[in-house]
Amino acid sequence: MAIAVEGACKRFDDFQALDNVSIDVPEGSLTALLGPSGSGKSTLLRAIAGLETLDAGQVTINGEDATAKPAQKREVGFVFQHYAAFKHMTVFGNVAFGLKIRKWSKPQIEARVHELLRLVQLDGLAERYPDQLSGGQRQRMALARALAVEPQVLLLDEPFGALDAKVRKDLRTWLRRLHDEMHVTTIFVTHDQEEAMDVAEQLVVMNQGRVEQSGSADDLYDHPANEFVMSFVGEVNRLGEHFVRPHDMQVVLEADERTEEAMVQRIVALGFEIRVEFVLGDGTEVWAQLTRAELQKLELIEGQIVYLRPGQAKSFSGDSSASGGDGASTPHRFDGEDDAEVTAAA
Amino acid sequence: MSSPTPAKWGLRTLAFGYLGLLLLAPVAMIFYKTFEHGIAPPFEAMTSPDAVHAIWLTLLMVAIAVPLNTVFGVGCALLLVRHKWKGNAIIDGIINLPFAVSPVVIGLSLFLLYGNDGWFGPTLAEWGFEVLFSTPGMVLASVFVSLPFVVRETVPVLQEIGTEQEQAASTLGANAWQTFWRVTLPAIRWGVAYGIVLTTARVLGEFGAVTIVSGSISGETETLPLFVAKAFEQFDEQAAYAGAIVLALLALTTLLLMSIGGRRTKAGASGPIPIAGDAAISTSDTKEGS
Repeated sequence: MAIAVEGACKRFDDFQALDNVSIDVPEGSLTALLGPSGSGKSTLLRAIAGLETLDAGQVTINGEDATAKPAQKREVGFVFQHYAAFKHMTVFGNVAFGLKIRKWSKPQIEARVHELLRLVQLDGLAERYPDQLSGGQRQRMALARALAVEPQVLLLDEPFGALDAKVRKDLRTWLRRLHDEMHVTTIFVTHDQEEAMDVAEQLVVMNQGRVEQSGSADDLYDHPANEFVMSFVGEVNRLGEHFVRPHDMQVVLEADERTEEAMVQRIVALGFEIRVEFVLGDGTEVWAQLTRAELQKLELIEGQIVYLRPGQAKSFSGDSSASGGDGASTPHRFDGEDDAEVTAAA
Repeated sequence: MSSPTPAKWGLRTLAFGYLGLLLLAPVAMIFYKTFEHGIAPPFEAMTSPDAVHAIWLTLLMVAIAVPLNTVFGVGCALLLVRHKWKGNAIIDGIINLPFAVSPVVIGLSLFLLYGNDGWFGPTLAEWGFEVLFSTPGMVLASVFVSLPFVVRETVPVLQEIGTEQEQAASTLGANAWQTFWRVTLPAIRWGVAYGIVLTTARVLGEFGAVTIVSGSISGETETLPLFVAKAFEQFDEQAAYAGAIVLALLALTTLLLMSIGGRRTKAGASGPIPIAGDAAISTSDTKEGS
């Protein structure tokens, strides 16, 4: 394991940012720490970098206990959400910073900086100052600066959070490719599940200072450990004790013992996808994701009474008697959702 | 800018008139009076042994008090902003003391502390160390009155730049010392520079506290402001005006040196200074790469 965190705890005044968190990050992997704001994901990343000291727990980087090491000795590359560019230095000066600290010779620095600027496609902007760059360029400069010193691990804290949607999408594709070329163990923090699934091989879902689950994007989507993960990684409907993804919600026109009566409330066409919103007898609002063809076949209109059959319903309560969709549905029950320690597959 | 209305013209005239009457006119009068009979009389007045000594002593005060207060001020600002602690509020209050207390009171307090009947005076005298009526006392007074400027100018700039750049430096392998010199100080240099200018101006012009602790002995413990006051009392108007002009020129020189020095740090070894306006223009046409 390139990075291992064991039982990390961190408290800020009356806020428990990390509550006994353990993660393992395999060598050369690209891992996303995913969670809502305040879930402790940034604190965990900063603790790995040495920018935050843990109240308890251990951080191991490449087999070496780094818990007591200051940030400057951990040899991690860190990229901040707001770039943290050295404003009084040129792009060249920024990227050369770590090399100057390591007392590289001038020609060596020159060669290395230009190599990196080519890598992040900023060649030719070496003499610019950060305030003459766009946000995306600044973030690529920050990435080059972090990579210049050949860090053992690369840590990115919401690296695309301050950029607009288009640039964000381009940059994450680019980051993915960069990682494929460099193979440096990378952890990045995001609150955007789409971004995490797009970029990372392994996801660690965090909530309220704990790890809820970790695994591949498919693992988390198909076998969520609990309600939180299920609703955070993708859309979800709640039907009593059951959770159903909108695309697993089957709409039928005739009732049987596994269906529930519902009224079509609203039909929204989103291109190829159709979002149909329903109200159940008890007032619960749910929605189904249909294709255009499915909708045409059903000939649904607003106000119509139809029947919903939840396929692939999941229950996390452990109470099987509440199951309303037995038979057709395949309820997965997961034990130990409190178990914060989930070891990811390599 | 929109076209000026009569109201705007009225306000401008008022502002100009106010400044002119209160600031410009007196200073202009001094200039006029000094050079009324050419450059020779003021030159003569300023080359008398007492005047030369006063200038030298004033510069000595600046040379000691300004570096002391700069180092202390930057250190103190770092402590206040970067190391949150309950005692900070108390330190913050104490630093404002020189602003709150009249220089004369500061002089008197030093007198009480270091005088023959003071707390430290007798002990120091035993060791053969004279504080009052000599340079050490004057340095103490100058440091006291000019202490808050660098702190007050540096604290907001430190708060403004935040800690991310410093954290980035540390992840890149820089220790605290390297981070300070390479990242923090360049980022706060304008605040520090302005603090230094204000400190220097304050030390140059200090009168109240220094009068009391120095005894104002001509040719020995007389700084330029004391020299000017004494000359004025003795109806040597030529010397008084000329001294005042020298004081003003010294302050102007500081301002000039700081702005030149500040510019040089910015440019460093890596090209021209980007001007905020230019940057905005060049960014707008820089296309986003992917």
